[in-house]
Amino acid sequence: MGTNLFINYGEAVAMILFGIGFGNLLLQPNLIKKIIGLNIMDTAIYLFLAEKGYIRGRVAPIIADGVQSMEAYINPIPSGLVLTGIVVSVSVSALMLALTIRLYRRYHTLDLDEISKRLRKEGL
Amino acid sequence: MDFIRNFPCISIILCLFAGIISSGLRGKAAMFVNTALLVVNTVLSACTLIYTLATGESFVYVMGRFPAPWGNEIRAGVLESLMALFFCIIMLFSLCGGRHKLIQGVEEGKLYLYYVLMDLLLSSLLALVYTNDMFTAYVFVEINTISACGLIMIRQNGRTIEAAVRYMIMSLLGSGLLLLGLCMLYDLTGHLLMSNIKESVAQIVAEGEYTIPLIISIVLMSVGLCIKSALFPFHAWLPDAYGYSTVSSAAVLSSLVSKGYIFLLIKIIYRVIGFEIYRDSRIIDILFLFGLMGMIFGSLSAIRENDIRRMIAFSSVAQIGYIYMGFGMGTEAGMTASVFHILSHAATKSLLFIAAVGLTDVSGRNRQFIELTGSGYRNRWAGVAFTVGSLSMVGVPLFSGFISKLLFAQAAVQNHAKMLPALIVLGISTILNAIYFMKTVIRIYTPVEDTPYPSAAYRDMPLYAVVLLAFILLNITLGISSQPIVDMIRQGLAMFA
Repeated sequence: MGTNLFINYGEAVAMILFGIGFGNLLLQPNLIKKIIGLNIMDTAIYLFLAEKGYIRGRVAPIIADGVQSMEAYINPIPSGLVLTGIVVSVSVSALMLALTIRLYRRYHTLDLDEISKRLRKEGL
Repeated sequence: MDFIRNFPCISIILCLFAGIISSGLRGKAAMFVNTALLVVNTVLSACTLIYTLATGESFVYVMGRFPAPWGNEIRAGVLESLMALFFCIIMLFSLCGGRHKLIQGVEEGKLYLYYVLMDLLLSSLLALVYTNDMFTAYVFVEINTISACGLIMIRQNGRTIEAAVRYMIMSLLGSGLLLLGLCMLYDLTGHLLMSNIKESVAQIVAEGEYTIPLIISIVLMSVGLCIKSALFPFHAWLPDAYGYSTVSSAAVLSSLVSKGYIFLLIKIIYRVIGFEIYRDSRIIDILFLFGLMGMIFGSLSAIRENDIRRMIAFSSVAQIGYIYMGFGMGTEAGMTASVFHILSHAATKSLLFIAAVGLTDVSGRNRQFIELTGSGYRNRWAGVAFTVGSLSMVGVPLFSGFISKLLFAQAAVQNHAKMLPALIVLGISTILNAIYFMKTVIRIYTPVEDTPYPSAAYRDMPLYAVVLLAFILLNITLGISSQPIVDMIRQGLAMFA
């Protein structure tokens, strides 16, 4: 168990980062910090995928010098998944930032709890 | 007739193209494109349904020229095409019913954006229903989230933006967990296509290896989808999002968006993990427990609510609880009941939202119950429709809600370990439902002398009355001729395995 954890230290770090990001997104009252948490969380998953796709001693699957053996190259699918995931997370972050700007212009604070309190007071 | 096999793919691509075209159109033209798209998609889904019923088996459509373990696939069976058909019909009715509010509530220059988002939402829903690839499912889950967020905040005020932010945060937590879960599953099995993953998972379980990572990955995916579909402890964003957005958005969000995620979870249970393996993990007990809690606490919050829209929103929490309780039974019958409840709740909840807006319109746009007194007389169609919806939710025979409660009760009786809690909570929840819905129905049919509000003029909005009538007929059809639909669901679930 302990040795496994040591060998797969990259995955372990990814899980810790995922936890940090998840906690930030869930618990921080500040919207910007929430978005930072979101990005940490997504990036942790990409780290996990990249770790999983990498095979020690092999290179990226670009055929060079005519070597076509499967043994020479790493698994390219996780890299493809990471690229797709990055596109998704960029658009989601952009949307969250736009929403944050809207809220800040209206209430002049980034604190989501404070905004909720004011909304309740307005009784809208 | 084999060209029908192209229809699922065509319907998804049509939605995407309609979204792109609409972004260059004016509001009315975009509305027309959207309506046409929904009608066409309804026809396409109906053809697919008839085709799968006739052949009696599901079919796989290969995207591009890459065969099974590498390429991307679409899979359509009876259940998928039934869901797609139903989603298109409900969305068509909800959009037509809320059209006058949409034109009033949304800025003139932004109306086309609403329909762009609707087209994208439909494409993501259809893709979630049809896809056979886990990562495609994840991407369309995100598209679904983004367009749903836009639907919430199309009517701009502080409340809707705050609701949209809260919705986004919860959804992103959910999709993060889903993504991590499916990455782990990919890591364990080496596949992304559902059928291949299922074979590998069966092999892993048979060899007894990697039990803990497999369980963790199942838990992560299930919890992620539960958060996104607003199961009980994760429902904090729901009442604001449903209560303050424009009425079509509320109807579509409650009856379609959350159901899309639930349907994905059903696909994961049957097509990715395998029903037996999922049942033998203890996760279904947790789903069962939270389902039961949702049924009671959702109804209790609805009783305390003094705003008719928020009351209907809280009732959704309770109904989602019913669906997860059906999952938690861990039997074929429970799953059939859940799928039927997805249909019946979608038909009823959108009817209630659309009818409620008619009632509040004839009460000076006030949503408090005291102002709604006698509104059933001022807007007769909306009053009748609201009553039908309430009776269906409470579970009165003739309406669709009765059949789903009957199916849930039958499923509970077959499962000895969970019979007692399920039946007791079903009973309590029905009584609670009756309290808040009948309270509202009595309120809207209490006559008042000299009301300050004028009656509704149907000459101005014939479409609204037609939509209400269509919804009522849909509800009664589901309630009276439920047997063919239940048979279709059983057949579809059998095809999943």
